[in-house]
Amino acid sequence: MNEFVTATAANAVPLVEVKSVCQSYDEGQFVVLDDVALTLNAGEIVGLLGRSGSGKSTLLRSIAGLIQPTSGSITFEGKPVVGTPDGISMVFQSFALFPWLTVLQNVELGLEARGIESAERRKRALEAIDLIGLDGFESAYPKELSGGMRQRVGLARALVVHPKVLLMDEPFSALDVLTAETLRTDLLDLWSEGRMPIESILMVTHNIEEAVLMCDRVLIFSSNPGRVAAEIRIDLPQPRDRLDPAFRALVEDIYERMTARKPVAEPAHAGVVEADIDMVLPRVSTNLLSGLIETIAAEPYRGKADLPPLAASLQLEIDDLFPIAESLQLLHFAELAEGDIQLTEAGMRFAEAEVDERKGLFADQLVAHVPLAAHMRRVLDERPSHEAPARRFREELEEHMSEENAEYTLRAITSWARYAELFAYDEKTDMFTLENPS
Amino acid sequence: MIFLPHNRESLSEAATLSRGRIVPNVYDILALSIMAAVFVLLAHAAIAMRGSIELLSTAPVTLDPANLPEYALRTTLRMFAAIIASLIFTFVVATLAAKSRRAEMVIIPALDILQSVPVLGFLTFTVTFFLGLFPGSQLGAECASIFAIFTAQAWNMTFSFYQSLRTVPRDLDEVSRGFGLTSWQRFWRLEAPFAAPGLIWNTMMSMSGGWFFVVASEAITVGDTTVELPGIGSWLALAISKENFVAVGWAVLAMAILILLYDQLLFRPIVAWADKFRAEQTASQQKPRSWIYDLLRRTRMLKLIGMPLAAAWDRLMLVGAGRKRKAPALAEPRPTSKLADRLWLVFIVLMAAAGAVVTVLYIRRTLGWADVAEVFGGGLATLVRVAVLVALASLIWVPIGVWVGLRPAVAQKVQPVAQFLAAFPANVLFPFVVIAIVATGASPNVWLSPLMILGTQWYILFNVIAGASAFPSDLREVASVFKLSSWNWWTKVMLPGIFPYYVTGALTATGGSWNASIVAEVASWGNTHLEAYGLGAYIAKATEAGDFPRVVLGIAVMSLFVTMFNRLLWRPLYVFAERRLRLD
Repeated sequence: MNEFVTATAANAVPLVEVKSVCQSYDEGQFVVLDDVALTLNAGEIVGLLGRSGSGKSTLLRSIAGLIQPTSGSITFEGKPVVGTPDGISMVFQSFALFPWLTVLQNVELGLEARGIESAERRKRALEAIDLIGLDGFESAYPKELSGGMRQRVGLARALVVHPKVLLMDEPFSALDVLTAETLRTDLLDLWSEGRMPIESILMVTHNIEEAVLMCDRVLIFSSNPGRVAAEIRIDLPQPRDRLDPAFRALVEDIYERMTARKPVAEPAHAGVVEADIDMVLPRVSTNLLSGLIETIAAEPYRGKADLPPLAASLQLEIDDLFPIAESLQLLHFAELAEGDIQLTEAGMRFAEAEVDERKGLFADQLVAHVPLAAHMRRVLDERPSHEAPARRFREELEEHMSEENAEYTLRAITSWARYAELFAYDEKTDMFTLENPS
Repeated sequence: MIFLPHNRESLSEAATLSRGRIVPNVYDILALSIMAAVFVLLAHAAIAMRGSIELLSTAPVTLDPANLPEYALRTTLRMFAAIIASLIFTFVVATLAAKSRRAEMVIIPALDILQSVPVLGFLTFTVTFFLGLFPGSQLGAECASIFAIFTAQAWNMTFSFYQSLRTVPRDLDEVSRGFGLTSWQRFWRLEAPFAAPGLIWNTMMSMSGGWFFVVASEAITVGDTTVELPGIGSWLALAISKENFVAVGWAVLAMAILILLYDQLLFRPIVAWADKFRAEQTASQQKPRSWIYDLLRRTRMLKLIGMPLAAAWDRLMLVGAGRKRKAPALAEPRPTSKLADRLWLVFIVLMAAAGAVVTVLYIRRTLGWADVAEVFGGGLATLVRVAVLVALASLIWVPIGVWVGLRPAVAQKVQPVAQFLAAFPANVLFPFVVIAIVATGASPNVWLSPLMILGTQWYILFNVIAGASAFPSDLREVASVFKLSSWNWWTKVMLPGIFPYYVTGALTATGGSWNASIVAEVASWGNTHLEAYGLGAYIAKATEAGDFPRVVLGIAVMSLFVTMFNRLLWRPLYVFAERRLRLD
């Protein structure tokens, strides 16, 4: 590995140490990170793997000093992180390039902040640009570049200040498959040849294969609140082969760990719902739901599919696939366990049904298994006018979740209920009604 | 300029130049001569500005066309001064509002109100104030005039800048904080460039209003004080009082040339240059072009001369950078005590209440309820005028705007003309209408009204053109596939499509018309004075008489009317347009 790194690896003090960090908003009402610990040593690439909303980006920003954690401690080279430490820089999912600065000016920005003279700045920026393979693009503006080239600028900008730790927040997820793969390989080559002036990389990802491909260690985060659910060491030699059985086994293992979560809370009995409407519902289109049901019901899966190959064949990353799969689980159309997804009897019936029958089935599952849907339907049934202002439910939800999540959940349930023709929503008056426009 | 091109290319270019081939190219000669001329003229006018006040009476404005270029220059310089003042105000006040929550609580509502205060009303007080500030110098009167233009420009620029500062993209903010940019660097590297497109657009809008007010504020009579600053506005006032028809024509010509030059030499280059600040990540198809900008970019010598400036700017960027960072740069503002916030709010409310009481007491001393009723009556009359005129202008310009906007070739030609007309100060054209009314004996109550919308109707036109041009062609194709009746085509397709643009245009037009009423409801030609019943006429007469309590009352009521009009009509429409009718 990196010789530059082995010299410092002997040093016992970890580069970054995170101890029992919690992050919450609204006076502890919404917990994003809960008692998270993490150690980053020199010479390793560590991946933070988890669903969106598991707080991994928040953790990354806490380490970068962009957010102050509510409690707990973060140290960089043994010293507490105050402000944004010089030895840490970051690569963003959105590239975060300044559109009005050229590639060269973008790369020089970090050096300018350190008060470095223009000649020296230019020299170092050109070095970084050469290293990252951007020669010839120095005077281009970001909008003239492809996504891959933009992210290279992001990388060059992060490296030019010679950080010890490189933080990467889903650096490849905004790129197409081929471009992302090229960038990963290039980055790994630079890393293993020790050509980058960094000692360690901490990356957030929601792509399981990416994590297994690049990382020496992977921390799996669970969501709501974000916790470190598991830590997996990956000892496969670089370069790694995706088709290697050991590689596949690791991917499978991670899928299993990520699907083995506490089962979705079920209402105690169908009538009582008030206690359970505090769940943030996923916003998944009913088209995606029926599409996945049909796919699993059909050949070659016949009702039961292994998630990794399913994800691969559909070209979906976990952040795309999991919400669909979990929605199916929530509606009891499917069961998720040990990396597999299996259709329930209702799911199989849904797959074979015609449009109207499907809507009926969907409505049944919605009322039976989604407490909020049942609750709203009951309120509408009880009112003589059969209509209720959305505000009423919004406020009710806001007692249990943030304003943003309440709005999100309400939109999710609206779209499902519209499909199921369970109840309707009129945007103009902001009212829920039982009457569908006829 | 903020960012001079310092890329490798220009470096190597400079290197070849320094190797003995410092040959200025033809573009250099062109650019240098233009720039030199501009500087000489500005210096000349600036010196003249500081002349003694007696010069105004010993060398009064005359209607000699030979003097007109000089007057035009003086008028331009006032515009320059006002726009610079507005920019400084914008940078300081908007930044303050965006960075300090407590300042925000005062500044934003204050700006909202100031926007609706009739600008010309300010003149009454400021002339007296500024003349006292610079006794014996023209500078006092100049400042009053500049201040009038400033008040027409500053508020919406400040609003635009404030909004941009509040919506700086989160990731760019994080990069800036992550690298520890100093606040100075952050301002020039992130905030100012991000705000540039909006600010430039608003500055352009402000300029249009500015020309109107520069004309109106050069020849001022407040009570016993009469000031006539050398400029196109004074020329026009003199031409009107002398009933000199030809001189009015000269003023129109001078104004047209002035605006054309201003647009070509200043605004177009800036817009072309500022194109790179647009935050979209995709290359735009239609880049704004400017021959001056292209000229400057092709020069060789100027680039060389610019290099020390760029280097100096570069050094300035490093001021305070690289020092050990101390305070944590946190995303969330440090929790401030809620008690202090409440106290601050109570303080503000008390101050506002005190202000209101003082104003009421001041007015009460000389005026009674009858006056209030009179003012409200006038306000209603003006309100009816504004509403009817905006409706009429909409009926005329919306169909024309749509027709033009759907034909790109025509739109390209018409759009600059519409923008030019919007910038053209309509008060220069007033005499023509007044002559017509005097000659035909028509009712001033009706026929003076169109003057109010003469200059502002173009906002409706060019916004509608912009909206129709941006209308997605697939939606138009759907409409033609389904062979919609023309009624349905208008009500279901086109009008909703351009509605957000129309609201913007109509809002600007309405605001402008209220302001214009002060000039438009009272008009004269020689010794003939025409007057329409309305709030504008009320304020104009009170100003001329130096009757401060009436001016205060008039302005307060007009501000109230405009604010109510905006709150009750335009803002809901705006929200509706944003919510339901946005096409992107």
